[in-house]
Amino acid sequence: MNFEVIVANLPKLLEGAGLTLELVAFGLVGGAALALPAALMRVSPRWWLWAPAFAYIFFFRGTPLLVQIFLVYYGLGQFEAVRDSVLWPILREPFWCAIIAFALNTGAYTAEILRGAIQAVPVGEVEAATAFGMSRTLSLRRIILPRAFRIALPAYGNEVILMLKGSALASTITLLDLTGMARTIIARTYMPVEIFLAAALIYLGMTFVFVQLYRLLERRLSRHVVGAR
Amino acid sequence: MSLKTAALAAVAAIVLLTASGPTRAETLRIGTEGAYPPFNQIDPSGELIGFDIDIAQALCDKMNVECVFVRQDWDGIIPGLLARKYDAIVASMSITEDRQQAVDFTDPYYSNKLRFVAAKNAKVDPDNLKGKVIGAQRATISASYLEDHPFKGAKVKLYDTQENAYLDLASGRVDAILADRLVSYDWLESDAGKNFAFVGEPIDIGDKIGIAVRKGDTKLLARLNAALAEIIADGTYEELNAKYFPFPIY
Repeated sequence: MNFEVIVANLPKLLEGAGLTLELVAFGLVGGAALALPAALMRVSPRWWLWAPAFAYIFFFRGTPLLVQIFLVYYGLGQFEAVRDSVLWPILREPFWCAIIAFALNTGAYTAEILRGAIQAVPVGEVEAATAFGMSRTLSLRRIILPRAFRIALPAYGNEVILMLKGSALASTITLLDLTGMARTIIARTYMPVEIFLAAALIYLGMTFVFVQLYRLLERRLSRHVVGAR
Repeated sequence: MSLKTAALAAVAAIVLLTASGPTRAETLRIGTEGAYPPFNQIDPSGELIGFDIDIAQALCDKMNVECVFVRQDWDGIIPGLLARKYDAIVASMSITEDRQQAVDFTDPYYSNKLRFVAAKNAKVDPDNLKGKVIGAQRATISASYLEDHPFKGAKVKLYDTQENAYLDLASGRVDAILADRLVSYDWLESDAGKNFAFVGEPIDIGDKIGIAVRKGDTKLLARLNAALAEIIADGTYEELNAKYFPFPIY
Protein backbone atom coordinates (compact mmCIF):
# COMPACT_ATOMS: atom_id res chain seq x y z
CA MET A 1 0.00 0.00 0.00
CA ASN A 2 1.51 3.27 -1.14
CA PHE A 3 0.15 6.07 1.05
CA GLU A 4 2.33 8.71 -0.59
CA VAL A 5 0.29 8.37 -3.79
CA ILE A 6 -2.89 9.03 -1.83
CA VAL A 7 -1.47 12.09 -0.09
CA ALA A 8 0.01 13.47 -3.29
CA ASN A 9 -3.28 13.17 -5.14
CA LEU A 10 -5.60 14.16 -2.30
CA PRO A 11 -6.08 17.77 -3.49
CA LYS A 12 -7.19 16.51 -6.91
CA LEU A 13 -9.55 13.97 -5.36
CA LEU A 14 -11.10 16.65 -3.14
CA GLU A 15 -11.52 18.86 -6.18
CA GLY A 16 -13.39 15.96 -7.77
CA ALA A 17 -15.48 15.56 -4.62
CA GLY A 18 -16.45 19.23 -4.95
CA LEU A 19 -17.80 18.60 -8.43
CA THR A 20 -19.63 15.50 -7.17
CA LEU A 21 -21.37 17.59 -4.49
CA GLU A 22 -22.28 20.22 -7.07
CA LEU A 23 -23.79 17.64 -9.43
CA VAL A 24 -25.74 15.95 -6.65
CA ALA A 25 -27.03 19.26 -5.23
CA PHE A 26 -28.24 20.55 -8.61
CA GLY A 27 -29.65 17.11 -9.46
CA LEU A 28 -31.59 16.93 -6.19
CA VAL A 29 -33.03 20.43 -6.54
CA GLY A 30 -34.14 19.67 -10.10
CA GLY A 31 -35.46 16.28 -9.01
CA ALA A 32 -37.49 17.79 -6.17
CA ALA A 33 -38.95 20.39 -8.55
CA LEU A 34 -40.07 17.55 -10.86
CA ALA A 35 -41.20 15.23 -8.09
CA LEU A 36 -43.83 17.42 -6.45
CA PRO A 37 -45.97 18.03 -9.55
CA ALA A 38 -45.39 14.46 -10.73
CA ALA A 39 -46.56 13.05 -7.39
CA LEU A 40 -49.64 15.30 -7.31
CA MET A 41 -50.51 14.30 -10.86
CA ARG A 42 -49.92 10.66 -10.01
CA VAL A 43 -52.54 10.68 -7.20
CA SER A 44 -55.10 12.51 -9.32
CA PRO A 45 -58.22 10.52 -10.26
CA ARG A 46 -58.23 12.11 -13.74
CA TRP A 47 -56.48 9.80 -16.25
CA TRP A 48 -55.01 12.62 -18.34
CA LEU A 49 -53.23 13.85 -15.22
CA TRP A 50 -51.99 10.57 -13.76
CA ALA A 51 -51.13 8.85 -17.05
CA PRO A 52 -48.23 11.18 -18.07
CA ALA A 53 -46.85 11.08 -14.53
CA PHE A 54 -47.12 7.29 -14.51
CA ALA A 55 -45.28 7.06 -17.85
CA TYR A 56 -42.50 9.37 -16.64
CA ILE A 57 -41.99 7.46 -13.39
CA PHE A 58 -42.21 4.11 -15.16
CA PHE A 59 -39.53 5.04 -17.71
CA PHE A 60 -36.99 6.60 -15.37
CA ARG A 61 -37.36 3.97 -12.67
CA GLY A 62 -37.29 1.18 -15.20
CA THR A 63 -34.08 2.07 -17.06
CA PRO A 64 -30.50 2.27 -15.78
CA LEU A 65 -29.12 5.70 -14.89
CA LEU A 66 -26.09 5.02 -17.11
CA VAL A 67 -28.34 4.52 -20.12
CA GLN A 68 -30.22 7.73 -19.28
CA ILE A 69 -26.96 9.69 -19.08
CA PHE A 70 -25.79 8.28 -22.43
CA LEU A 71 -29.17 9.08 -24.02
CA VAL A 72 -29.01 12.70 -22.86
CA TYR A 73 -25.31 13.23 -23.62
CA TYR A 74 -24.44 11.13 -26.69
CA GLY A 75 -28.01 10.50 -27.86
CA LEU A 76 -29.32 14.05 -28.16
CA GLY A 77 -26.02 15.27 -29.63
CA GLN A 78 -26.53 13.02 -32.67
CA PHE A 79 -29.43 15.07 -33.98
CA GLU A 80 -28.63 18.10 -36.06
CA ALA A 81 -31.94 19.67 -34.98
CA VAL A 82 -30.76 19.53 -31.38
CA ARG A 83 -27.33 20.87 -32.27
CA ASP A 84 -28.90 23.82 -34.10
CA SER A 85 -31.44 24.54 -31.36
CA VAL A 86 -31.21 27.21 -28.67
CA LEU A 87 -30.75 24.43 -26.10
CA TRP A 88 -27.39 23.33 -27.53
CA PRO A 89 -25.24 25.67 -25.41
CA ILE A 90 -26.66 23.81 -22.40
CA LEU A 91 -26.80 20.33 -23.91
CA ARG A 92 -23.24 20.50 -25.25
CA GLU A 93 -21.94 20.77 -21.68
CA PRO A 94 -21.46 17.41 -19.95
CA PHE A 95 -22.09 19.19 -16.63
CA TRP A 96 -25.67 20.11 -17.54
CA CYS A 97 -26.33 16.81 -19.30
CA ALA A 98 -25.39 14.97 -16.10
CA ILE A 99 -27.61 17.23 -14.02
CA ILE A 100 -30.55 16.79 -16.41
CA ALA A 101 -30.20 13.02 -16.26
CA PHE A 102 -29.78 13.01 -12.47
CA ALA A 103 -32.77 15.31 -11.97
CA LEU A 104 -35.02 13.21 -14.21
CA ASN A 105 -33.89 10.02 -12.50
CA THR A 106 -34.12 11.10 -8.88
CA GLY A 107 -37.30 13.05 -9.68
CA ALA A 108 -39.03 9.81 -10.68
CA TYR A 109 -38.02 7.99 -7.51
CA THR A 110 -38.86 10.96 -5.30
CA ALA A 111 -42.29 11.26 -6.95
CA GLU A 112 -43.01 7.63 -6.05
CA ILE A 113 -41.87 8.24 -2.45
CA LEU A 114 -44.13 11.29 -2.25
CA ARG A 115 -47.07 9.48 -3.80
CA GLY A 116 -46.81 6.78 -1.16
CA ALA A 117 -46.54 9.41 1.56
CA ILE A 118 -49.56 11.37 0.31
CA GLN A 119 -51.62 8.20 0.26
CA ALA A 120 -50.38 7.33 3.76
CA VAL A 121 -51.75 10.51 5.33
CA PRO A 122 -54.47 9.27 7.75
CA VAL A 123 -57.93 9.56 6.22
CA GLY A 124 -59.30 11.04 9.44
CA GLU A 125 -57.04 14.07 9.18
CA VAL A 126 -58.09 14.71 5.60
CA GLU A 127 -61.75 14.34 6.58
CA ALA A 128 -61.24 16.72 9.49
CA ALA A 129 -59.80 19.31 7.10
CA THR A 130 -62.85 18.92 4.87
CA ALA A 131 -65.13 19.24 7.90
CA PHE A 132 -63.47 22.56 8.70
CA GLY A 133 -64.57 23.73 5.28
CA MET A 134 -61.12 23.70 3.74
CA SER A 135 -61.03 23.51 -0.03
CA ARG A 136 -59.05 20.69 -1.67
CA THR A 137 -56.13 23.08 -2.37
CA LEU A 138 -56.10 24.53 1.10
CA SER A 139 -56.16 21.14 2.81
CA LEU A 140 -53.42 19.98 0.45
CA ARG A 141 -51.27 22.94 1.44
CA ARG A 142 -51.99 22.98 5.16
CA ILE A 143 -52.65 19.35 6.05
CA ILE A 144 -51.81 16.74 3.43
CA LEU A 145 -48.44 17.92 2.07
CA PRO A 146 -46.87 18.88 5.44
CA ARG A 147 -47.88 15.45 6.77
CA ALA A 148 -46.71 13.69 3.61
CA PHE A 149 -43.28 15.39 3.71
CA ARG A 150 -42.77 14.15 7.24
CA ILE A 151 -43.81 10.64 6.27
CA ALA A 152 -41.56 10.70 3.18
CA LEU A 153 -38.49 11.97 5.03
CA PRO A 154 -36.73 8.69 5.92
CA ALA A 155 -37.22 7.20 2.46
CA TYR A 156 -36.05 10.42 0.84
CA GLY A 157 -32.82 10.39 2.85
CA ASN A 158 -32.14 7.01 1.33
CA GLU A 159 -32.74 8.39 -2.16
CA VAL A 160 -30.24 11.22 -1.56
CA ILE A 161 -27.57 8.68 -0.65
CA LEU A 162 -28.38 6.62 -3.74
CA MET A 163 -28.06 9.77 -5.84
CA LEU A 164 -24.66 10.57 -4.32
CA LYS A 165 -23.38 7.15 -5.27
CA GLY A 166 -25.09 7.19 -8.65
CA SER A 167 -23.28 10.43 -9.45
CA ALA A 168 -20.13 8.37 -10.03
CA LEU A 169 -21.58 7.66 -13.49
CA ALA A 170 -20.90 11.29 -14.44
CA SER A 171 -17.31 10.15 -15.01
CA THR A 172 -18.47 8.34 -18.15
CA ILE A 173 -19.23 11.61 -19.92
CA THR A 174 -15.80 13.24 -19.43
CA LEU A 175 -16.66 14.92 -16.10
CA LEU A 176 -13.89 14.87 -13.51
CA ASP A 177 -16.07 14.18 -10.50
CA LEU A 178 -14.59 12.15 -7.64
CA THR A 179 -14.73 8.90 -9.63
CA GLY A 180 -13.61 10.55 -12.89
CA MET A 181 -10.69 12.18 -11.11
CA ALA A 182 -9.74 8.88 -9.47
CA ARG A 183 -9.78 7.08 -12.84
CA THR A 184 -7.68 9.79 -14.45
CA ILE A 185 -5.10 9.61 -11.65
CA ILE A 186 -5.02 5.82 -11.92
CA ALA A 187 -4.35 6.13 -15.65
CA ARG A 188 -1.06 7.82 -14.74
CA THR A 189 -0.07 6.07 -11.53
CA TYR A 190 -1.41 2.52 -12.08
CA MET A 191 -2.32 2.35 -8.42
CA PRO A 192 -6.03 1.51 -8.51
CA VAL A 193 -6.22 0.05 -5.01
CA GLU A 194 -4.81 3.11 -3.27
CA ILE A 195 -6.69 5.71 -5.29
CA PHE A 196 -10.05 3.93 -5.31
CA LEU A 197 -9.71 3.30 -1.57
CA ALA A 198 -9.11 7.02 -1.01
CA ALA A 199 -12.10 7.85 -3.22
CA ALA A 200 -14.27 5.35 -1.33
CA LEU A 201 -13.30 6.94 1.98
CA ILE A 202 -14.21 10.38 0.66
CA TYR A 203 -17.62 9.09 -0.49
CA LEU A 204 -18.06 7.48 2.92
CA GLY A 205 -17.19 10.76 4.63
CA MET A 206 -19.72 12.67 2.56
CA THR A 207 -22.43 10.09 3.32
CA PHE A 208 -21.56 10.18 7.03
CA VAL A 209 -21.88 13.96 7.26
CA PHE A 210 -25.15 13.85 5.34
CA VAL A 211 -26.63 11.14 7.56
CA GLN A 212 -25.77 13.12 10.71
CA LEU A 213 -27.32 16.33 9.39
CA TYR A 214 -30.37 14.47 8.18
CA ARG A 215 -30.87 12.86 11.57
CA LEU A 216 -30.93 16.33 13.17
CA LEU A 217 -33.52 17.44 10.63
CA GLU A 218 -35.69 14.38 11.23
CA ARG A 219 -35.49 14.86 15.01
CA ARG A 220 -36.48 18.48 14.71
CA LEU A 221 -39.44 17.70 12.46
CA SER A 222 -40.74 14.98 14.78
CA ARG A 223 -40.34 16.85 18.08
CA HIS A 224 -44.13 16.77 18.53
CA VAL A 225 -44.10 12.98 18.62
CA VAL A 226 -43.66 11.61 22.13
CA GLY A 227 -40.59 9.47 22.46
CA ALA A 228 -39.23 10.32 19.01
CA ARG A 229 -35.50 10.03 18.85
CA MET B 1 -36.27 -34.58 -36.36
CA SER B 2 -33.74 -36.41 -38.51
CA LEU B 3 -31.99 -33.12 -39.22
CA LYS B 4 -31.70 -32.50 -35.50
CA THR B 5 -30.31 -35.97 -34.95
CA ALA B 6 -27.81 -35.50 -37.73
CA ALA B 7 -26.72 -32.18 -36.28
CA LEU B 8 -26.33 -33.74 -32.86
CA ALA B 9 -24.31 -36.57 -34.36
CA ALA B 10 -22.10 -34.07 -36.15
CA VAL B 11 -21.51 -32.17 -32.93
CA ALA B 12 -20.76 -35.36 -31.08
CA ALA B 13 -18.32 -36.39 -33.82
CA ILE B 14 -16.53 -33.06 -33.65
CA VAL B 15 -16.32 -33.26 -29.87
CA LEU B 16 -14.94 -36.80 -30.08
CA LEU B 17 -12.47 -35.92 -32.84
CA THR B 18 -11.21 -32.87 -30.98
CA ALA B 19 -10.96 -34.80 -27.80
CA SER B 20 -9.07 -37.70 -29.34
CA GLY B 21 -6.88 -35.62 -31.65
CA PRO B 22 -3.79 -33.69 -30.56
CA THR B 23 -5.31 -31.67 -27.73
CA ARG B 24 -4.56 -28.09 -27.00
CA ALA B 25 -4.85 -28.54 -23.30
CA GLU B 26 -2.99 -25.33 -22.59
CA THR B 27 -4.96 -22.11 -22.86
CA LEU B 28 -3.68 -18.59 -22.93
CA ARG B 29 -6.06 -15.95 -21.59
CA ILE B 30 -5.71 -12.69 -23.47
CA GLY B 31 -7.12 -9.41 -22.28
CA THR B 32 -8.33 -6.91 -24.86
CA GLU B 33 -10.60 -3.92 -24.92
CA GLY B 34 -13.00 -4.50 -27.80
CA ALA B 35 -13.64 -0.83 -28.47
CA TYR B 36 -10.65 0.17 -30.57
CA PRO B 37 -11.36 -0.47 -34.24
CA PRO B 38 -9.76 -1.67 -36.41
CA PHE B 39 -7.44 -3.26 -33.84
CA ASN B 40 -9.97 -4.76 -31.48
CA GLN B 41 -13.71 -4.39 -31.62
CA ILE B 42 -16.89 -6.37 -31.20
CA ASP B 43 -18.76 -7.34 -34.35
CA PRO B 44 -22.58 -7.35 -34.46
CA SER B 45 -22.69 -11.00 -33.41
CA GLY B 46 -20.69 -10.23 -30.27
CA GLU B 47 -17.38 -11.73 -31.46
CA LEU B 48 -14.09 -9.93 -30.92
CA ILE B 49 -12.43 -9.06 -34.22
CA GLY B 50 -9.57 -6.87 -35.43
CA PHE B 51 -5.84 -6.73 -36.04
CA ASP B 52 -4.94 -7.39 -32.39
CA ILE B 53 -7.23 -10.40 -32.30
CA ASP B 54 -5.77 -11.79 -35.56
CA ILE B 55 -2.21 -11.28 -34.31
CA ALA B 56 -3.02 -12.94 -30.98
CA GLN B 57 -4.66 -15.84 -32.80
CA ALA B 58 -1.63 -16.24 -35.09
CA LEU B 59 0.71 -16.22 -32.08
CA CYS B 60 -1.42 -18.80 -30.27
CA ASP B 61 -1.37 -21.02 -33.36
CA LYS B 62 2.42 -20.83 -33.47
CA MET B 63 2.68 -21.54 -29.75
CA ASN B 64 0.13 -24.34 -30.11
CA VAL B 65 -2.07 -23.05 -27.34
CA GLU B 66 -5.73 -22.08 -27.30
CA CYS B 67 -6.49 -18.37 -27.17
CA VAL B 68 -9.26 -17.33 -24.80
CA PHE B 69 -10.13 -13.66 -25.09
CA VAL B 70 -11.26 -11.67 -22.09
CA ARG B 71 -12.89 -8.31 -22.71
CA GLN B 72 -11.86 -5.58 -20.28
CA ASP B 73 -12.44 -1.83 -20.23
CA TRP B 74 -9.31 0.10 -21.09
CA ASP B 75 -8.61 1.93 -17.85
CA GLY B 76 -8.75 -1.32 -15.91
CA ILE B 77 -6.76 -3.39 -18.37
CA ILE B 78 -3.40 -3.35 -16.52
CA PRO B 79 -5.00 -3.84 -13.10
CA GLY B 80 -6.88 -6.81 -14.62
CA LEU B 81 -3.61 -8.36 -15.81
CA LEU B 82 -2.01 -7.88 -12.39
CA ALA B 83 -5.09 -9.41 -10.77
CA ARG B 84 -4.59 -12.51 -13.02
CA LYS B 85 -7.87 -12.14 -14.88
CA TYR B 86 -5.76 -12.91 -17.97
CA ASP B 87 -2.09 -13.54 -18.75
CA ALA B 88 -1.30 -11.18 -21.61
CA ILE B 89 -2.71 -7.96 -23.01
CA VAL B 90 -3.01 -7.76 -26.78
CA ALA B 91 -4.85 -4.47 -27.07
CA SER B 92 -2.70 -2.06 -29.08
CA MET B 93 -0.87 -1.02 -25.95
CA SER B 94 1.98 1.44 -26.36
CA ILE B 95 5.22 0.54 -24.64
CA THR B 96 5.85 3.37 -22.19
CA GLU B 97 8.22 3.84 -19.26
CA ASP B 98 5.29 4.33 -16.90
CA ARG B 99 3.73 1.05 -17.94
CA GLN B 100 7.06 -0.76 -17.77
CA GLN B 101 7.04 -0.03 -14.05
CA ALA B 102 3.96 -2.21 -13.81
CA VAL B 103 4.29 -4.81 -16.60
CA ASP B 104 6.80 -6.35 -19.04
CA PHE B 105 6.45 -5.92 -22.80
CA THR B 106 7.27 -8.20 -25.73
CA ASP B 107 9.05 -6.90 -28.83
CA PRO B 108 6.85 -4.41 -30.67
CA TYR B 109 4.30 -5.79 -33.13
CA TYR B 110 3.55 -2.47 -34.78
CA SER B 111 4.45 1.18 -34.50
CA ASN B 112 2.25 4.15 -34.20
CA LYS B 113 2.16 7.91 -34.59
CA LEU B 114 -0.33 10.40 -33.21
CA ARG B 115 -2.33 12.76 -35.34
CA PHE B 116 -5.02 15.38 -34.86
CA VAL B 117 -8.41 14.91 -36.54
CA ALA B 118 -10.89 17.75 -37.07
CA ALA B 119 -13.87 18.63 -39.24
CA LYS B 120 -12.96 19.34 -42.86
CA ASN B 121 -14.43 22.86 -42.77
CA ALA B 122 -13.06 23.71 -39.31
CA LYS B 123 -10.01 25.89 -39.06
CA VAL B 124 -7.97 23.94 -36.57
CA ASP B 125 -4.25 24.61 -36.56
CA PRO B 126 -2.30 22.19 -34.35
CA ASP B 127 0.26 24.92 -33.70
CA ASN B 128 -2.35 27.28 -32.35
CA LEU B 129 -5.02 25.56 -30.33
CA LYS B 130 -5.85 28.44 -28.02
CA GLY B 131 -9.47 28.27 -26.85
CA LYS B 132 -10.06 24.93 -28.56
CA VAL B 133 -11.36 21.79 -26.92
CA ILE B 134 -9.34 18.67 -27.68
CA GLY B 135 -10.55 15.16 -26.97
CA ALA B 136 -8.55 12.03 -26.26
CA GLN B 137 -9.11 8.65 -24.69
CA ARG B 138 -8.31 8.40 -21.00
CA ALA B 139 -5.19 6.43 -20.08
CA THR B 140 -3.70 6.56 -23.60
CA ILE B 141 -0.44 8.06 -24.82
CA SER B 142 -2.51 10.68 -26.63
CA ALA B 143 -3.91 11.77 -23.28
CA SER B 144 -0.43 11.83 -21.72
CA TYR B 145 0.91 13.75 -24.69
CA LEU B 146 -1.76 16.42 -24.25
CA GLU B 147 -1.02 16.63 -20.53
CA ASP B 148 2.75 16.79 -20.99
CA HIS B 149 2.64 19.30 -23.84
CA PRO B 150 0.04 21.76 -22.66
CA PHE B 151 -1.26 23.48 -25.76
CA LYS B 152 -1.73 26.97 -24.46
CA GLY B 153 -5.34 27.58 -23.54
CA ALA B 154 -6.62 24.34 -25.03
CA LYS B 155 -9.05 22.40 -22.89
CA VAL B 156 -8.62 18.64 -22.78
CA LYS B 157 -11.56 16.25 -22.46
CA LEU B 158 -10.91 12.61 -21.68
CA TYR B 159 -13.19 9.78 -22.85
CA ASP B 160 -13.68 6.21 -21.68
CA THR B 161 -13.51 4.83 -25.22
CA GLN B 162 -12.16 6.11 -28.51
CA GLU B 163 -15.61 5.62 -30.01
CA ASN B 164 -17.13 8.11 -27.56
CA ALA B 165 -14.44 10.64 -28.44
CA TYR B 166 -15.38 10.37 -32.13
CA LEU B 167 -19.08 10.73 -31.21
CA ASP B 168 -18.32 14.03 -29.49
CA LEU B 169 -16.17 15.19 -32.40
CA ALA B 170 -19.11 14.49 -34.68
CA SER B 171 -21.52 16.37 -32.40
CA GLY B 172 -19.14 19.33 -32.23
CA ARG B 173 -18.48 19.21 -28.50
CA VAL B 174 -14.76 18.98 -29.22
CA ASP B 175 -12.89 20.85 -31.96
CA ALA B 176 -10.26 18.21 -32.53
CA ILE B 177 -9.17 14.80 -31.35
CA LEU B 178 -5.68 13.53 -30.81
CA ALA B 179 -5.45 9.80 -31.41
CA ASP B 180 -3.42 7.03 -32.98
CA ARG B 181 -3.32 7.76 -36.69
CA LEU B 182 -4.10 4.16 -37.63
CA VAL B 183 -7.27 4.16 -35.56
CA SER B 184 -8.29 7.51 -36.97
CA TYR B 185 -7.45 6.27 -40.49
CA ASP B 186 -10.02 3.54 -40.07
CA TRP B 187 -12.64 5.95 -38.70
CA LEU B 188 -12.05 8.51 -41.46
CA GLU B 189 -12.57 5.74 -44.03
CA SER B 190 -15.93 4.91 -42.46
CA ASP B 191 -19.21 6.67 -43.14
CA ALA B 192 -19.23 8.42 -39.76
CA GLY B 193 -15.89 10.08 -40.51
CA LYS B 194 -16.61 11.35 -44.00
CA ASN B 195 -16.77 15.03 -42.99
CA PHE B 196 -13.51 14.90 -41.06
CA ALA B 197 -9.85 14.84 -41.97
CA PHE B 198 -6.34 14.72 -40.52
CA VAL B 199 -4.88 18.10 -39.64
CA GLY B 200 -1.19 18.83 -39.16
CA GLU B 201 1.68 16.41 -39.50
CA PRO B 202 1.84 13.03 -37.75
CA ILE B 203 3.49 13.34 -34.34
CA ASP B 204 6.22 10.72 -34.06
CA ILE B 205 6.72 9.96 -30.43
CA GLY B 206 8.68 6.78 -31.03
CA ASP B 207 5.59 4.84 -30.10
CA LYS B 208 5.89 1.06 -30.33
CA ILE B 209 3.04 -1.31 -29.60
CA GLY B 210 3.74 -4.45 -27.61
CA ILE B 211 2.07 -7.26 -25.73
CA ALA B 212 2.05 -6.83 -21.96
CA VAL B 213 2.61 -9.66 -19.50
CA ARG B 214 3.01 -9.66 -15.74
CA LYS B 215 6.45 -8.77 -14.45
CA GLY B 216 8.53 -11.88 -13.97
CA ASP B 217 6.50 -13.96 -16.42
CA THR B 218 9.68 -14.43 -18.49
CA LYS B 219 8.73 -17.83 -19.86
CA LEU B 220 5.56 -16.53 -21.51
CA LEU B 221 7.44 -13.43 -22.66
CA ALA B 222 10.08 -15.53 -24.43
CA ARG B 223 7.47 -17.76 -26.07
CA LEU B 224 5.49 -14.76 -27.33
CA ASN B 225 8.65 -13.13 -28.72
CA ALA B 226 9.64 -16.35 -30.50
CA ALA B 227 6.16 -16.74 -31.99
CA LEU B 228 6.16 -13.10 -33.05
CA ALA B 229 9.50 -13.51 -34.85
CA GLU B 230 8.08 -16.59 -36.56
CA ILE B 231 4.93 -14.95 -37.92
CA ILE B 232 7.00 -12.01 -39.20
CA ALA B 233 9.47 -14.35 -40.90
CA ASP B 234 6.89 -16.59 -42.57
CA GLY B 235 4.76 -13.79 -44.03
CA THR B 236 1.71 -14.27 -41.77
CA TYR B 237 2.24 -10.81 -40.36
CA GLU B 238 2.40 -9.17 -43.77
CA GLU B 239 -0.82 -10.88 -44.74
CA LEU B 240 -2.61 -9.63 -41.64
CA ASN B 241 -1.21 -6.12 -42.12
CA ALA B 242 -2.54 -5.99 -45.70
CA LYS B 243 -5.97 -7.07 -44.48
CA TYR B 244 -6.29 -3.80 -42.53
CA PHE B 245 -3.92 -1.19 -44.00
CA PRO B 246 -2.59 -0.65 -47.52
CA PHE B 247 0.78 0.37 -46.02
CA PRO B 248 3.18 -1.43 -43.67
CA ILE B 249 2.68 -0.64 -40.00
CA TYR B 250 5.44 -2.74 -38.44
